[in-house]
Amino acid sequence: MSLLVDVISGACIVAGSFFAVVGGIGILRLPDFYSRLHGGGITDTMGAGLILVGLMFHAGLTLVTVKLVMILFLLFVTSPTSCHALASSALAHGVRPLDPRRRDGH
Amino acid sequence: MFAVAVAAILITMSLALARAALGPTVFDRILALNMFGTKTVLLIAVFGFLTRRPHFLDLALLYTLINFIGAIAVLRFSRYGHFGDSELEQRIP
Repeated sequence: MSLLVDVISGACIVAGSFFAVVGGIGILRLPDFYSRLHGGGITDTMGAGLILVGLMFHAGLTLVTVKLVMILFLLFVTSPTSCHALASSALAHGVRPLDPRRRDGH
Repeated sequence: MFAVAVAAILITMSLALARAALGPTVFDRILALNMFGTKTVLLIAVFGFLTRRPHFLDLALLYTLINFIGAIAVLRFSRYGHFGDSELEQRIP
């Protein structure tokens, strides 16, 4: 039972690390602002979520898990909110999405 | 396993810092800073587990609240287009 919990916790943490690195590469390499927003969002949901769930499995039913649940809840509320506000703000201030059908790209 | 997570988070933080330094628009820099704040929370939490002292989670909770203030600042930026200091400069000659 303890081995199973350890395996689940390790798998969650390693998968979360993978998603975090993929999102980091995405935020550096993707071509325009809106696709970079996607790269930032995937680290905030999948990366942070999986790593914190893995830590919860490792901690068991203690006060530590309660704190982790609070951190996860706050991250899941605030991070998509700021992502959405950032996207609408960029669109309102004239950042155009990249359009591959047009020759100049915009 | 915790060391792998710490290394991955540090790599992601450096990539986000590179984007914040390069970023052509101010929105890219805000996005990179937002991501950096989230990764700071994760780094503190995982580092507490790595050193077998999970009491660091209180600091992570505090950083989450600071991130929330940052999100409110971004919302204000999206509403007005600036953080409000240009009005102050106009008012004071």
